[in-house]
Amino acid sequence: MQKLLLLGDEAIAQGAIDGGISGFYAYPGTPSTEIMEYAQHSKEVKEKGIHCHWSANEKTAMEAAIGMSYAGKRAMAQMKHVGLNVAADAFVNASITGVNGGLIVVAADDPSMHSSQNEQDSRFYGDFTLIPILEPSNQQEAYEMAYTGFDISEKYNVPVMLRLTTRLAHSRAGVETYDKKEELKGSLPKDPRQFVLLPSIARRNYKKLLEMQPAIQEASNNSKYNKYIDGEDKSVGIVACGIAFNYLMENFNGNCPYPVVKISQYPIPENHLRKLRKECETILVLEDGYPLVENNLRGFFNEGITIKGRLDGSLPRDGELNPNLVAMALGLPICEGEAVPEIVKMRPPSLCMGCGHRDVYNAMNEALLPYGDGRVFSDIGCYTLGALPPFNAINSCVDMGASITMAMGAADAGLVPAVAVIGDSTFTHSGMTGLLDAVIKNSPIVVIISDNSTTGMTGGQDSSAKGRIVDICKGLGVDPDHIRVLNPLKRLHEENLAVIKEELAYNGLSVVIPQRECIQTAIRNKKAAKKS
Amino acid sequence: MKTDIILAGVGGQGILTIAATIGMAAVNKNLYLKQAEVHGMSQRGGDVQSNLRISDQPIYSDLIAKGCADIILSVEPMEALRYLPYLKKNGYVITNTVPFNNIPEYPEMDSLMERINKLPNKIALDADSIAKDIGNARASNIVMLGAAAPFLGLSIEDLEGGIKSLFGRKGEEIVESNIKALRAGYEFTKSKM
Repeated sequence: MQKLLLLGDEAIAQGAIDGGISGFYAYPGTPSTEIMEYAQHSKEVKEKGIHCHWSANEKTAMEAAIGMSYAGKRAMAQMKHVGLNVAADAFVNASITGVNGGLIVVAADDPSMHSSQNEQDSRFYGDFTLIPILEPSNQQEAYEMAYTGFDISEKYNVPVMLRLTTRLAHSRAGVETYDKKEELKGSLPKDPRQFVLLPSIARRNYKKLLEMQPAIQEASNNSKYNKYIDGEDKSVGIVACGIAFNYLMENFNGNCPYPVVKISQYPIPENHLRKLRKECETILVLEDGYPLVENNLRGFFNEGITIKGRLDGSLPRDGELNPNLVAMALGLPICEGEAVPEIVKMRPPSLCMGCGHRDVYNAMNEALLPYGDGRVFSDIGCYTLGALPPFNAINSCVDMGASITMAMGAADAGLVPAVAVIGDSTFTHSGMTGLLDAVIKNSPIVVIISDNSTTGMTGGQDSSAKGRIVDICKGLGVDPDHIRVLNPLKRLHEENLAVIKEELAYNGLSVVIPQRECIQTAIRNKKAAKKS
Repeated sequence: MKTDIILAGVGGQGILTIAATIGMAAVNKNLYLKQAEVHGMSQRGGDVQSNLRISDQPIYSDLIAKGCADIILSVEPMEALRYLPYLKKNGYVITNTVPFNNIPEYPEMDSLMERINKLPNKIALDADSIAKDIGNARASNIVMLGAAAPFLGLSIEDLEGGIKSLFGRKGEEIVESNIKALRAGYEFTKSKM
């Protein structure tokens, strides 16, 4: 046994490696990115030839992982919560196909939206697809769940969801590792039509999934991760899910006076909750996300015992939990320090000094002056920070790829010219199909693909778009006369301004591609080059 | 022993290096450790913090509760004040006095230092100058770690061990230079106590 100091994300990667994984599949997304990065830096992964390349988006990652499972090897797809929306078609259907090699889907949720556009709770996806969900409370459990998750997946013939939240994903602690398991050799599914979801087969598979439910429930009832911990004071019983268990224990230094049900494996362990219901007339539910368990306990009519949690105001309805919120829900005193002095000002994130997106926005804002405000649709990446001063340059950020299609819809409504601003990685993630729509209609929009040759916001991962954007645009059918490549530098401002002005004046589809390497990766690459 | 530390600064200032050094020192001593970091969007020139907890007993929460931090270690003066609600009554603030001014409404330095000087327990130092003086301008964060050393519950030798573990691969020269920075910060605080 070896003890390593690992982030929750890294613990998952190491657990998967030790558990016999053959392929990691992912698109970068906070707070899930470090799982793949850890795998990519692992010597062992390299030596064994375990797959660890970034995918173009979460859907392609999920599908490739299903393909590896089909071929009889163990695979993991990792994504942030909103990435699961992108992968949802494949993900939901994977519960119907079932698995061959074990399949784990990691969903890293971001309550309080530290780096996201919503705080949806991935457990609901796991719940309605009828698959087991593992929700670690600490780094050790994160390791173990990745290590044993493949076995659970194979045993019950379902993908397994491993759900964690930002604080665990990005917090480090000591982790004890287990003996390494061999990779599976690979084998075709016993039933050659298992993965053929024709209606007749899908209906049969779905029945099988339903028939498997009592066994999956039983596994949850008996899971070592779910526990009933007795307490003398029965005035309230506490249900603590995932990381919330730690916040609870923090308040009592490990000795909670109330009975506690710790939940880290779903479906909800009925046995423990029945017992808690018998013992206590009031139940407080602590979950870092939406009120999934709380809703279940309340039922439609909310009759009988008192259920406290996010729905009755004992805890805030939104945002992540922390030790203080849990203390408040328990009526414990909080001895807050001094208030934040008035002299402390907000320091929002901003584009780096020397970043090419800055020059793009300076030119674009100036070119748009004659047309008036409110016509720039942006996307998800560093350039979303263009919404803040001093640029105040963009009017939307909804989901990956939405810039191009929203600009098109706005142009359909008469907002001409409309502008889309999208990054290179986001373009190949979900922008290409939208651009095809725009080509077919020759929509009067200007698509600015601000190309910094990397996935910048998540820390500079390889971009599938690198060196391919112009060819992709041509291949999709954009008029080559209206594909304009720029170098976004201050000294070329006038030149770049003139190009954007020309394309704004053109009554058809234009793609402007400012290309300059991300300042962060450029510094890093320069250092690396100097070393070697 | 148990020490709860809030590390504060601006994205890119190197607070994670401080965290990693303390982490290494704690692991070398077989202490329990939890360290919550901020990655992603807020890294870009925004305020960042890391919650670092070390103890000889198991630690539950990854986050420090309000009013419970033993020290705030900040590599930037305004950021030193942002987390005061988390500092316990007799807790210490250890801060660099060199501002990272990337916002239009950054406070006047005089009023900022006046506010910092009002804190009951504080150590404020120009870590950048100290780092420059010892010939390693980039090590101001390690100077700050040295300045915090008397409050961490770890000995200066433990921290030197952490530096060796962390920087060892980069060569003896870098290790020595960082230990020098650590010592310089440590001496500063010692002279104030």
